[in-house]
Amino acid sequence: MLSRTPLTLKVGIVTFPGSLDDADASRAVARAGGTPIPLWHGDRDLRGVDAVILPGGFSYGDYLRCGAIARFAPVMAELIPAANAGLPVLGICNGFQVLCEAHLLPGALTRNTGLHFVNRDVRIRIENNRTGWTSGYAPGEVITVVLKSGVGAYAADQQTLADLDTSGLVVARYADGSPNGSAGDIAGIAGAAGNVVGLMPHPEHAIDPLTGPGTGGLKFFSSILTPAAAA
Amino acid sequence: MSRPDTVADAAATPGLRQPHAALGLTDAEYASIVTQLGRRPTDSELAIYSVMWSEHCSYKSSRVHLRQFADKAPPTTALLAGIGDNAGVVDVGQGYAVTFKIESHNHPSYVEPFQGAATGVGGIVRDILAMGARPVAVMDALRFGPADAPDTRRVLPGVVGGISFYGNCLGLPNIGGELVFDPCYSGNPLVNALCLGVMRHADLKLAQASGPGNKVVLFGSPTGPDGIGGASVLASASFGTGDASGERAKRPSVQVGDPFMEKLLIECCLELYAAGVVVAIQDLGAAGIACATTELAAAGQAGMAVSLDAVPLRDRGLTPPEILMSESQERMMAVTEPADLDQFIKICAKWDVPATVIGEVTPTGRLEVSWHGDLVVDIPPAGAADGPLYERPMRRPASQDVLRGDDPATLPRPGTGAELRADLLAIAGSASGADKAWVTEQYDRDVRGNTVLGTPHDAGVLRVDEESFLGVAIATDGNGRYCLLDPYSGTQLALAEAYRNVAASGGRPLAVTNCLNFGSPEDPAVMWQFAESVRGLADGCLALGIPVTGGNVSFYNQTGAEAIQPTPVVGVLGVLEDVRKRLPSGFGAEGEPVVLLGDTAGEFGGSLWAHVVHGHLGGRPPAVDLQADQRLAAVLTAGADAGLLAAAHDLSDGGLALALAECCLTGANRAAPPGAEGGTGCVLTLPAGPAAADPFTWLFSESAGRALAVLRPGAEAEFAALCAEHGVPATALGATGGQALEVTGLFAIPVTELSAVHRRTLPALFG
Repeated sequence: MLSRTPLTLKVGIVTFPGSLDDADASRAVARAGGTPIPLWHGDRDLRGVDAVILPGGFSYGDYLRCGAIARFAPVMAELIPAANAGLPVLGICNGFQVLCEAHLLPGALTRNTGLHFVNRDVRIRIENNRTGWTSGYAPGEVITVVLKSGVGAYAADQQTLADLDTSGLVVARYADGSPNGSAGDIAGIAGAAGNVVGLMPHPEHAIDPLTGPGTGGLKFFSSILTPAAAA
Repeated sequence: MSRPDTVADAAATPGLRQPHAALGLTDAEYASIVTQLGRRPTDSELAIYSVMWSEHCSYKSSRVHLRQFADKAPPTTALLAGIGDNAGVVDVGQGYAVTFKIESHNHPSYVEPFQGAATGVGGIVRDILAMGARPVAVMDALRFGPADAPDTRRVLPGVVGGISFYGNCLGLPNIGGELVFDPCYSGNPLVNALCLGVMRHADLKLAQASGPGNKVVLFGSPTGPDGIGGASVLASASFGTGDASGERAKRPSVQVGDPFMEKLLIECCLELYAAGVVVAIQDLGAAGIACATTELAAAGQAGMAVSLDAVPLRDRGLTPPEILMSESQERMMAVTEPADLDQFIKICAKWDVPATVIGEVTPTGRLEVSWHGDLVVDIPPAGAADGPLYERPMRRPASQDVLRGDDPATLPRPGTGAELRADLLAIAGSASGADKAWVTEQYDRDVRGNTVLGTPHDAGVLRVDEESFLGVAIATDGNGRYCLLDPYSGTQLALAEAYRNVAASGGRPLAVTNCLNFGSPEDPAVMWQFAESVRGLADGCLALGIPVTGGNVSFYNQTGAEAIQPTPVVGVLGVLEDVRKRLPSGFGAEGEPVVLLGDTAGEFGGSLWAHVVHGHLGGRPPAVDLQADQRLAAVLTAGADAGLLAAAHDLSDGGLALALAECCLTGANRAAPPGAEGGTGCVLTLPAGPAAADPFTWLFSESAGRALAVLRPGAEAEFAALCAEHGVPATALGATGGQALEVTGLFAIPVTELSAVHRRTLPALFG
């Protein structure tokens, strides 16, 4: 890994039936200088990628529970052990829900307090820049990204929330208060090893002022391309 | 199960009368069917004719008028040539074509708001998909009864929830639309859904079956008993003894949507197109298999033999007429060559989309449908597809003169600064004038990553090509109050407003679609409104040089004798060679000059001011001058192209007052949004002098052909020259800046106050 130059890093983007922001995640990876590699839900094959993104969307129509069916997709049978062995994984929105269902991250995502889908530009504060996905951010840096979800309120038991706090595993919080009832204003968390990150708002929609609220999300995708991050 | 009514049965009892009246067919229409067939129709055939000849499918009352869109079509190079009925495809350059269409789902959305609106989105998206295009965006034009009426609280949240549920799950950005409240829509809400698709020129698909021996494939969801209105009637009328028919009649006539299946259908169809295994394709919408088989066969001038036994069913108790008429959602029908069938089925399997061969194209020229080995349908498809044609009586109602004579000039007007201020806030906080974020925040605006402008900007702007920055702009508009006062000019005002909105976003207008929402065509007064509206639109499109590429008619929007205001919703599509030059609708930086373009006269008939402040509707709508609108559009697009403009905002209902309020609150840039303290204010001076209007007229008149232009500092002279060159009157009002909407000598409204008034209305009503 360390011998690779950043530009050769391959980032896999999984398409489940019902994935919607997969093309957007690919665009963000390419914009950051990486090589996006499409991964198909039905293939037990990670195609030798250096990191994986589970994109936003409504995998399997959100039937049963968001992410509950995707977590059993054949590709996940490869991804779960790889993530446990240190492969960097970023789950965005529905991808975050899949990571929680797969028990790669603690807690769960629940219906927004208003019971409505919320699409809004939100400011989030990077609380933990020690993950592979956030190493390019300064601690406490505030960026504007796009929140667009109906089941986006992070929930966990008191012990888990306390553990996330004391271990510094909260990756980002909503800077202006939670727009959806998320516990502790949590917008994103990391697993204990730091390689797996889940984020409810969409950094891949904040990479270009032409099509989103600035470029604040881009460093999620450039951070992972540094050799240290993916090592 | 009862034995089916076969063609042989019908031949044996050629004179046995069928329950055609219960299915909405007149005696004359029934007689015409018997003449076509030379015998009575079977129950399955009657089902097909009843839906194909319904107003919804046949346009039997509107076709004589809609012909004007072709007869008066302006010369244009924007439409892709040689494509006959599918002429909704617009050339936007660089080998790209765009197709767009708007369709009503009004009645289902009143009965069952959530599913009605959801399946409205699903239907229009499949329409666009069947053209060979990738659907890339949706918009919705909505009308409801009074915002505080109990029934509106039932209907609106359901409709918005349904659109949100379906469109978001489909992964299509919702980039604009309308939300209007008026008592005339109580009991008759309007839910008009628009979809926009993009394709390469070469990818255009034709909905016609040709080539005998080719296979007919039904794919998508299985067929169930949903959306069957007429067939239940038929079942109970002809075989009405069993319990099954009664039980079935209680089932909902509104279909239930599964956007997940639709998303799979989209990706599956696009892969089928790319593989070149589709000869023809049609979506299943109203009248399901009956309509798809009839229209595919009629358009291809071929025959088709279909076995209903092969149709995958969710309910095995369905009868042949029910299978034919089911409106189960998320289904498509394609014709493929036998050699391509394996690959076709394989691609469907990859996307987990069930696909079944249900028949094949024949050289017989007949549509033949069998069930359990018996022939139940044997008809000439063109005869069923064409339908009857009516010239309904029409009469300008006598009440029209009373309405037009009720001049708003007699209404008390605000005079002092404090009164003007109060009226501005009343409009900005009225349900129709208020901020729509409560609705639009429930829609995904950003998925697919190409949304350059969405609500609340004047038009939705999408990037089409990531390398060249080619893009399109699209806007819909309609004003029932204007159309009630004068359906001819009211429709032209809607067209002009959508045209202006596209230009104010930097787009060059190219083509028009429409959704014509009216009361009953059997009422001569409504028919007169309709005829005037169509004539106005056709004449207007000719004057502006942009063709109508397609549309939809929704009649019977009335409860008892009370029809809705005539509400044609007009959509205009434009092109931007470089979307980086698009114009936002809000104030951004401070110190940018604000210029009013166009002439302002004292025009208050049908105005939002008269409606909100006085509950008044009468007089004449604003005068139409489409040449002035053309000149205005030329200035806006040239100004955008030359980089002279920072923003632009069209003036329409609410006049200059509401436009200024919106500019202060919209912002110009998502990266620097209006903060919690509000947006960017402005300091303006209304011109005085002998020829000038009074402040009330400046602020609240709704004269057409006007827009606000926000200039880049230093561009004043060049922009003034541009306006002079095109003969567009330009009035310098002042500049952006400060924390208030300030009109010198009259009033100042802090942006925070404006924001609170504008933004609290809908959340307070709907939670």
